[in-house]
Amino acid sequence: MTPASLTHLQTLEAESIEILREVAASFERPVMMYSVGKDSSVLLHLARKAFFPSKIPFPLLHVNTTWKFREMISFRDAMAEKFGFDLISHTNPEGLANGINPFDHGSSRFTDIMKTQALRQALNAGQYDAAIGGARRDEEKSRAKERIFSHRNASHSWDPKNQRPELWRVFNTRLNPGESMRVFPISNWTELDVWTYIYSEDIELPTLYYAKPRPVVERSGTLIMVDDDRFRLEPGETPRHEMVRFRTLGDYPLTGAIRSDATTLPEIIMEMQASRTSEREGRLIDSDSVGSMEKKKQEGYF
Amino acid sequence: MSLPLATADNDIALWLGQQTEKSLLRFLTCGSVDDGKSTLIGRLLYDSQLVLDDQLASLKKESLNRIVGDEGIDFSLLVDGLAAEREQGITIDVAYRFFSTDKRKFIVADTPGHEQYTRNMATGASNADLALVLIDARKGVLTQTRRHSFILSLIGVKHVVLVVNKIDLVDYDQAVFDQIVADYRAFAEPLGFATLAAVPVSALRGDNILKASERTPWFTGSPLVPYLETIQVAEDRTAGRFRFPVQWVNRPNLDFRGFSGTVASGVVAVGDEVLIASSRKPAVVKNIVTMDGELQHAVAGQAVTLVLDREVDVSRGDMLSHAGETPEYSNQFQARIVWMSEEPAFPGRSYLLKLGSQMVPATITDLKFRTNVNTLEQTAATKVDLNEVATVTIATDKPIAFDPYTVNALTGGFILVDRISNGTLGAGTIEFGLRRAQNLTYQSFDVNRDVRAQMKGQTPRIIWFTGLSGSGKSSIANLLEKRLTAEGRHAYILDGDNVRHGLNKDLGFTEAARVENIRRVAEVARLMADAGLIVLVSFISPFEKERRLAREIAGDIDFSEVYVDTPLEVCEARDPKGLYKRARAGEIKNFTGIDSPFEPPSRSELTLHGAEEEPEVLAGQLYDWLKL
Repeated sequence: MTPASLTHLQTLEAESIEILREVAASFERPVMMYSVGKDSSVLLHLARKAFFPSKIPFPLLHVNTTWKFREMISFRDAMAEKFGFDLISHTNPEGLANGINPFDHGSSRFTDIMKTQALRQALNAGQYDAAIGGARRDEEKSRAKERIFSHRNASHSWDPKNQRPELWRVFNTRLNPGESMRVFPISNWTELDVWTYIYSEDIELPTLYYAKPRPVVERSGTLIMVDDDRFRLEPGETPRHEMVRFRTLGDYPLTGAIRSDATTLPEIIMEMQASRTSEREGRLIDSDSVGSMEKKKQEGYF
Repeated sequence: MSLPLATADNDIALWLGQQTEKSLLRFLTCGSVDDGKSTLIGRLLYDSQLVLDDQLASLKKESLNRIVGDEGIDFSLLVDGLAAEREQGITIDVAYRFFSTDKRKFIVADTPGHEQYTRNMATGASNADLALVLIDARKGVLTQTRRHSFILSLIGVKHVVLVVNKIDLVDYDQAVFDQIVADYRAFAEPLGFATLAAVPVSALRGDNILKASERTPWFTGSPLVPYLETIQVAEDRTAGRFRFPVQWVNRPNLDFRGFSGTVASGVVAVGDEVLIASSRKPAVVKNIVTMDGELQHAVAGQAVTLVLDREVDVSRGDMLSHAGETPEYSNQFQARIVWMSEEPAFPGRSYLLKLGSQMVPATITDLKFRTNVNTLEQTAATKVDLNEVATVTIATDKPIAFDPYTVNALTGGFILVDRISNGTLGAGTIEFGLRRAQNLTYQSFDVNRDVRAQMKGQTPRIIWFTGLSGSGKSSIANLLEKRLTAEGRHAYILDGDNVRHGLNKDLGFTEAARVENIRRVAEVARLMADAGLIVLVSFISPFEKERRLAREIAGDIDFSEVYVDTPLEVCEARDPKGLYKRARAGEIKNFTGIDSPFEPPSRSELTLHGAEEEPEVLAGQLYDWLKL
């Protein structure tokens, strides 16, 4: 029997597994970011594969802004139960005490306090020297230039002009005290790769990705789902049920839904292939200004 | 590039199947500044319909006040991601881009053109199967074209496409194209590329990108994209010898012990006998474990976990191979290095070398020659500067398993890491192992250090004094030696000035010479301590790196760094040898404290304050601290 050569997806899978193992072998206190989205779901699946039959040898960290879709939280807990990984959930306590929310404080301030600062707190508290994330290079222009093992200084910021050269698959994992590494095992995957992999590996996702009638309101051209009674309706505004789904999951008041009839994975993939809008457009935080993602990353946003 | 029209799940499944069956081509684009690399990639993305509506809208907004093509878009904006780049209009880092056609998926590394970013180009090349070398039709083959092509050959990129861009700006003139191709072929001949094709294009206007342009009827070759879709580049790594670098020991419980890693080349099957590189011990592969079930075979590129049939000592960094087809296992080899740091590489300095999952301290033992990347001329050198390429010999602290880079890039390519900053300083490709290291084992004699030390009734040690000229090092060392001698102990002072009159009289004061100066003295100190002596080394030794080197050379001999901390003003006022005066007058160059820095030690065992006490007191403090 002659073994076959690897397909594109098998190659990507093996490379990601190699990266995950390198993290486990090289760092003292790694942690994996778990956002409950599709990329995180792929990452979780890859981590289970990388260490099988061992359990994932590091905890998964969820930064909970308290404004996530309710289903994300129940799905998250179900996954932790099913696969037996160590789950850490962190919310910025000051942000919580001050009632920071996307309505009163605006998306950028809310994101800074409840996401960026919360993440920093969690990473500092856990003294994690490596944080694994599900970012991909095809998502955004500044990410296209980021290393797989991306160095962060003691204040968690990224210096794009001073990145370590990354050759072959020889990763420089060395750190000085206080420094840390962000690691992106699916850097070389595209959105289509992620979806086809989810399809071929039958990876479970939150149903929010699939179309169904959901209560939404329209705000400056974006459909927002009213997920709980904290949502501030404008005078005269009433949520109406529309057949929608989400291409990306996050804080429900900041995550745009798209009108869709795609209720199965193949339909989603077909719809995505036919669409002419990139996936991050549904995230309101990126459209502030050109270069906004790069700026956020320098400040420590994942 | 067409969208599937399928709607039924079966058709979708078929289409999805096709998506996963596509082959993958990784290529990079390189060439000089302003040759239009980013524009070319932007064009490829645009033509393969990967530019989405929202991106297009923001792109048109950003394209105002810039040079645009027929579509009103500056394509380079699609790929020049960083804000600094958009402002300067150049590409400063490797950007990875993705596109696919009906036949293939492509990962493109867009690499910088400027000379100071040559290291980034090497980075992009290290994972590429093919390179597009861009040339501006108006400018022809430039220095950067030559530099990049040489680096491609160094990194082992076998397939090159010469893309003669901006052909519209020379009126689609065949003579211009032919001349450039002839020039390039003449230069690239010795670089040994397996294939070399040439295409005249206009990235801005789309000529010869997707299909043959009517404006170049004289061009009979393949347009760019069809060529990239069909060229066969995949070297059959499964045909190579089996190499399995152990990445992680998988030990969930006492009943399971597996070795996780990615097959670097070749094939392994259950039942195969494998050999462990470090111990040369054999074992048989019992299981090939994955979460998807056990496999009978694992091929190059697969990430698996191997279970062996017996208890053997295997850890991260070990390499498994088939018996009779083992990798080299040595602590010395010859390699070519590309230097990527502002701080030059010097023979004698200690670095960390990472190759696969192996990480060991390593030293450049000999700098054979530097290769001028523009002329390929080889010249003698004492150091390797940023963006330079040199051929060196490297010695590692313990043997490592490797193959020549031309045989296997994954087991023959390495990086060198700074031991203090932890930055990646350079990359190297192994040419061949030096076998003499295996023959030259250390002689172990019956009379050893312990015996000699016993005879002398003392514990040999090295006391390394560091501090400015005139700080009082020699005075303190001298007083200490007197006291030790009076007590019947055997001590010896190695003094910086004295050593330079004899052992090191061939060395000057350049940085390379200073490294060698320290190395020799440290080696002599080690030999003397091995002979049973208490060695007092009085050396300015201004650099942290050199002091660390001395400490490393000392090995298991007790090493104490004593910092004689005397302010520069005090030393200069003392000026016992009149050196400061001469340095201030410009008669002595590179004088520590004047025009060359002194890095205060961060890890000295003892600090003596030379301005606060008399040398006798300080020598007494040191004597007490030594607890002899």
